[in-house]
Amino acid sequence: MSNVPSDLKYTKSHEWLRTLPDGTVEVGITDHAQHALGDLVFVEVPEAGRKLTAGEAFAVVESVKAASDVYSPVTGEVTASNAALASEPEAINSDSYGKGWLMRLRPAGASPPALLSAAEYEKLIAEEGG
Amino acid sequence: MVDFGGWDMPLQYGSQIAEHHAVRRDAGVFDVSHMCVVDLKGPRVRPFLQRLLANDVGKLKTPGKALYGCMLQETGGVIDDLIVYFLDELWFRAVVNAGTRDKDLAWMRQHAAQFEVQLTERTDLAMLAVQGPEARAKAASLLSSAGATAALGLEPFFGREIDGWFVARTGYTGEDGFEMMLPGTEAERVWQALNSAGVTSCGLGARDTLRLEAGMNLYGSDMDENTHPFESGLGWTVALEPRERAFIGREALEAVRARGSQRKLVGLLLEGRGVLRSHQKVLVPEAAEGEITSGTFSPTLQRSIALARVPVAAGSSVKVDIRGKLHDARIVRPPFVRHGKALVS
Repeated sequence: MSNVPSDLKYTKSHEWLRTLPDGTVEVGITDHAQHALGDLVFVEVPEAGRKLTAGEAFAVVESVKAASDVYSPVTGEVTASNAALASEPEAINSDSYGKGWLMRLRPAGASPPALLSAAEYEKLIAEEGG
Repeated sequence: MVDFGGWDMPLQYGSQIAEHHAVRRDAGVFDVSHMCVVDLKGPRVRPFLQRLLANDVGKLKTPGKALYGCMLQETGGVIDDLIVYFLDELWFRAVVNAGTRDKDLAWMRQHAAQFEVQLTERTDLAMLAVQGPEARAKAASLLSSAGATAALGLEPFFGREIDGWFVARTGYTGEDGFEMMLPGTEAERVWQALNSAGVTSCGLGARDTLRLEAGMNLYGSDMDENTHPFESGLGWTVALEPRERAFIGREALEAVRARGSQRKLVGLLLEGRGVLRSHQKVLVPEAAEGEITSGTFSPTLQRSIALARVPVAAGSSVKVDIRGKLHDARIVRPPFVRHGKALVS
């Protein structure tokens, strides 16, 4: 059974989003996603300052099996990315909601589009057989 | 679970990388029952195989000895790669790939008729591959005392009947070990007994990273009916001597040999970070493009490795296009890893 923390928001493409006290958001991939990918061996994260549109690919996570794009849940500007993943990609496997974060971003404009609650995301992965 | 040649198979049981290391450092077991075992029987089974295979079973003089080779089209394209065991003058056993089973059996039957060779697919047998430096000792602990002595006495690339199983010192990982064919009804019990003896369950994922580190080809990725053995790193499996042996594909291969192969299969080491994957383009200075046929992250080397088909003119430095960016890679001679040790750096 996948771990789905109740205090985060989720996307249908298996990213999680955490709103930080300063109004920026932290983004990573879910426990369900890391489990489906298998052992991660390479992660490419965006540079700070990059402007992203909701739905745009911002990172690549590669496991022994395959490379997968990760999509930004919101529109905004990247404020930081997790450089430690270059030498420790397996942090996404062991701690996908903590040390495995991918980027922080300052959202631009209106409230983010259709994000899922933890309950809704749990339902989604249950339907996907997860 | 994934569909593999019509079989539901696990990519991994736990962590694919942990399974990989278990085989390099200790012992792991793979359920390879999807592989198709075919018994070939008849007084003319040897001449049949000398016609069917590009490698020469005439080399097999001692009962139990195995030979790796390819079945070719008349064009020289590879129908499949296989292992064949010489059991006695009337009985050879072939092991072919699951994904090519139907066409292999049809091709074999078509050519077996004139040699009056009987083909029997051994669907009653399961096959377990126990691989790793401790694999033979741990597998032998399941056998009778006499059986264990016999199994541990097997030379590399030999197999024999032991305690009602067929045990062979072969594999697809670059490590020592056994491939064991046994009644399917016993497989589950034996699997659990191997686990109890400290052998790690391993899936298809680890099987692929291990074979790639060992520089072993995968049919359908590194060679197929559109490629011949000389451009697939398999020239060593083609026996052009003796010249009078008329195997299927011989004329095509002699023509390739006469004019020279245009392409070769090489090993690649990625210099920086990232992961090489099949179908990525390989850019060779002053030559045509090549293509990666199998790529992965090597858990032993902690960097990415691949097999690639490139123009014969390729030197040592190439670039690989990974998602639109060019990355430096170096051509090396496989294997990358053998018996737990890195052979490239």
